[in-house]
Amino acid sequence: MAAIEILGLEKTYNVGFWRKKPKCALRPLHLAVEEGEIFGFLGPNGAGKTTTLKLLMGLVYPTGGSARILGMEINDPRMKAQIGFLPEQPYFYDYLTARELLEYYGQLSGVAAKERSRKVEAVLARVGLPDVGGVQLRKFSKGMLQRVGIAQAILHDPRLVFFDEPMSGLDPMGRREVRDLMEQLKLEGKTVFFSTHILSDAEALCDRVAIIHLGELRGVGRVADLTASVHGKVELVWEGTAVPAALRALGGECHVTGDTVRAVLPEASQDAAIDALRREHLRLVSVIPVRTSLEDYFVQKLQPAGAVAGARS
Amino acid sequence: MNGRIVHIASNTFREAVRDRVLYNLIAFALLMSGAAILIGQISINIERLVVINLGLTAVSLFGIVIAIFIGIGLVSKEIEKRTLYTVLSRPVRRWEFIVGKFFGLACTLVVNTVFMAIGVFGALLYVSHHFQTADGWVLVALYFIILQFLIITSLALLFSSFSSPLLAAVFAFSLFVIGTFAEDLRGFAALTQGFTRWLATGAAYIVPNFSALNVISSVAHQQPVAGQLIFYNTCYALIYTAMALCGAVLIFEHRNLK
Amino acid sequence: MKASRRVTVIAGVLVAGCMLASVALVHHLDQVRTGASLEEVLYIPSPKALKRMSLGYDGLLADVYWTRAVQYFGTKHRVGAKRYDLLAPLLEITTYLDPQLVVAYEYGSNFLAPAPPNGAGMPRRAIDLQEYGIRNNPNEWRLYYELGFIYYMDLKDYAGATEAFARGTRVPNAHPFLRLLAGQMAEHAGDLQTARMMWTATYQTSTETAIRANAAAHLRALQVDEDVTRLEALVASYREQTGHFPASFSELEAAGILRGTPVDPLGHPYKLMPNGRVEVRSPDDFPFIQKGAPPGYVPPEAPKVLPTD
Ligand SMILES: Nc1ncnc2c1ncn2[C@@H]1O[C@H](COP(=O)(O)OP(=O)(O)OP(=O)(O)O)[C@@H](O)[C@H]1O
Ligand SMILES: [Mg+2]
Repeated sequence: MAAIEILGLEKTYNVGFWRKKPKCALRPLHLAVEEGEIFGFLGPNGAGKTTTLKLLMGLVYPTGGSARILGMEINDPRMKAQIGFLPEQPYFYDYLTARELLEYYGQLSGVAAKERSRKVEAVLARVGLPDVGGVQLRKFSKGMLQRVGIAQAILHDPRLVFFDEPMSGLDPMGRREVRDLMEQLKLEGKTVFFSTHILSDAEALCDRVAIIHLGELRGVGRVADLTASVHGKVELVWEGTAVPAALRALGGECHVTGDTVRAVLPEASQDAAIDALRREHLRLVSVIPVRTSLEDYFVQKLQPAGAVAGARS
Repeated sequence: MNGRIVHIASNTFREAVRDRVLYNLIAFALLMSGAAILIGQISINIERLVVINLGLTAVSLFGIVIAIFIGIGLVSKEIEKRTLYTVLSRPVRRWEFIVGKFFGLACTLVVNTVFMAIGVFGALLYVSHHFQTADGWVLVALYFIILQFLIITSLALLFSSFSSPLLAAVFAFSLFVIGTFAEDLRGFAALTQGFTRWLATGAAYIVPNFSALNVISSVAHQQPVAGQLIFYNTCYALIYTAMALCGAVLIFEHRNLK
Repeated sequence: MKASRRVTVIAGVLVAGCMLASVALVHHLDQVRTGASLEEVLYIPSPKALKRMSLGYDGLLADVYWTRAVQYFGTKHRVGAKRYDLLAPLLEITTYLDPQLVVAYEYGSNFLAPAPPNGAGMPRRAIDLQEYGIRNNPNEWRLYYELGFIYYMDLKDYAGATEAFARGTRVPNAHPFLRLLAGQMAEHAGDLQTARMMWTATYQTSTETAIRANAAAHLRALQVDEDVTRLEALVASYREQTGHFPASFSELEAAGILRGTPVDPLGHPYKLMPNGRVEVRSPDDFPFIQKGAPPGYVPPEAPKVLPTD
């Protein structure tokens, strides 16, 4: 059974105070997410990711279409007991302490009283906030709130979690931890559906991704399959000021800065270029992929509609 | 009552307490003790009258202000700050949220009123040195005041579910004032003719009828309150509150959150 | 979605049901405590205190009290009450809150002064009310008129009435009939004509429906009194001529004494009784008549004041 089944979900907002103009935030969307996978929902700002998540959570009502989560209708309380949701830029009752907030959410999710405080402590430790459980949330930093948000989403051991930009506001350590956490969730057999525009995260984590732009699904599939057709670029940096002729012939653009040279080449000619540098006995400093291949795919998918984006909105 | 409503209600109560709502009790205590001392010194025979009139009026006004100012934010503030997202993505139905919020504020007001009532009786004891059986009617007046709070709270909640806090406050306060004169409004309506009369009578019956719930001056004059009045007022307040709450549920159920 | 529709339906039905129930309860409450909101008038130590409590919104509060006064008198009058104890305090509070509310003084002279069941029977308080009004609105001719009216109608104090009307004539823009009335007093005090003139003046210049209806009823009664006096005189002269009472008005017509069948102010023919008395068809429609009612007629508990035409 699919964990999430989106059947033509569609949302049009009416904007403007007096003469309302329709604004299409999500065109009919069809998508299925399998149980046990980590699914990335990618798209640039304003693509409709948050809108989709809000529709799935029953926070806004769709203009058309429907969806089934864990085989149940949107807004079915039995389904909601088994999911977790992290909104983007989460904000909580700031007069509560982190522990009180999680206790309260545990009550609402129907976590049994005797397990509650144990779960709260466990989840606080899991998101890296073991020491601040007794601090009022109004004294939390942005990243700490994000961690509380993740804690409340996984508190009640949901089968399926929805994260809206889980990495935003986190320090590099935090991003790493959240990535590990998502992998753990997967290992525990849970389904993770998360939106992001940080492509490297998606590439590293996701079993499958969907790319959405201007409310329209532009591509969906395994990362490897999607990127098979596109070729990335690499950046080579070596010491000295010399540029071997063989390397020029590979079609790279070279920039000399101080006593290093930087060249950007297609990924395919990376090995040939390194060989050329070796032959000249030049000392290689670094080889860095300029764009991940997913990013290339992403950019490519945005292009055609990007050109007419102005006309559409 | 189901558990989630209780949890939401108790969280609302906790919020009110942490927002230092109960600090109004200090102002009330100062007012009552000041008044008691002053009245005890200057007036002959009407101390009880003044203490009851002043005390009950203050209880009512303090409570109304709290009910309106907290009530108007109960829903709209949660929508505005998006604290609702993580509540409604749990197995909480929207109507449960509304009802829970209502009971939370209602409890706050009841607790607040109980403390204030102690203050009123304390002042009464101070000025007249002993209680009389007629003072029992003061309890009835306090009960009616609580019934008023229920109505006002549900109305504030209703307005909060579709308009901005400022507008909601204006609406709720206007209805409070109009409702205080509901009986006179029906009088006005009876003086008009034709279609206007229809309209005015309809409006006069639909606005909350606070005049029947105000027995402060008759209680201050040690008049008994008819049992029938207590019964009908109770029914009325509960039914009116239920109506406003259902209205709020009806609106909130269909609302798209920001 | 289905659950959501169920909530909508249940909430909708409850809103409608509660609304009906609450309207019914308000109705019940009004019956349980008729005039309870008026009773508070008894607890208010003075209009002064009330004015202070109104926090500057005294104009609005005056209107509220004015409505209460009208409601109070109207509802009690309709059921034929014998006492109107709160009318005076209500009007006094109203005019204290808004001394310029002339209609309240007018109401006082028309309904506070007359004896029950047509009024509260407190002419002295009505006079005090007018004098208070005159102190606050010395240029309002209407108030002198009302003052004279009370002296004339309720106290039969023709000197007092003359003085009041005379004071009124000195007000700029006074209505001309004040001068007329002042002149009339000396010779024709107590005349049917003078009374008719005054009621006509009230009827024509007042804008308050209850006051106009009352004046119209008085005018109709005066008309009946006059008609009956005239017809009974004709019957008497017929009897002198023929030695017997006429069996019907047509007999008088045949004798050339009368033209057409006489009708009362509501258009119904007068009845000619065998003993020569003339009566109106339904005396209940003419609450203030002195003549034309059957012997031993008891007026209904609640006077029937027909709406103005
Ligand atoms: N309440 C609203 N009223 C009107 N338009 C809205 C509303 N919410 C979102 N939109 C519009 O819908 C579109 C999609 O917004 P959405 O928040 O889903 O984007 P997103 O993919 O989450 O973007 P981001 O990466 O910036 O979070 C945007 O064009 C936005 O302007
Ligand atoms: Mg977003």
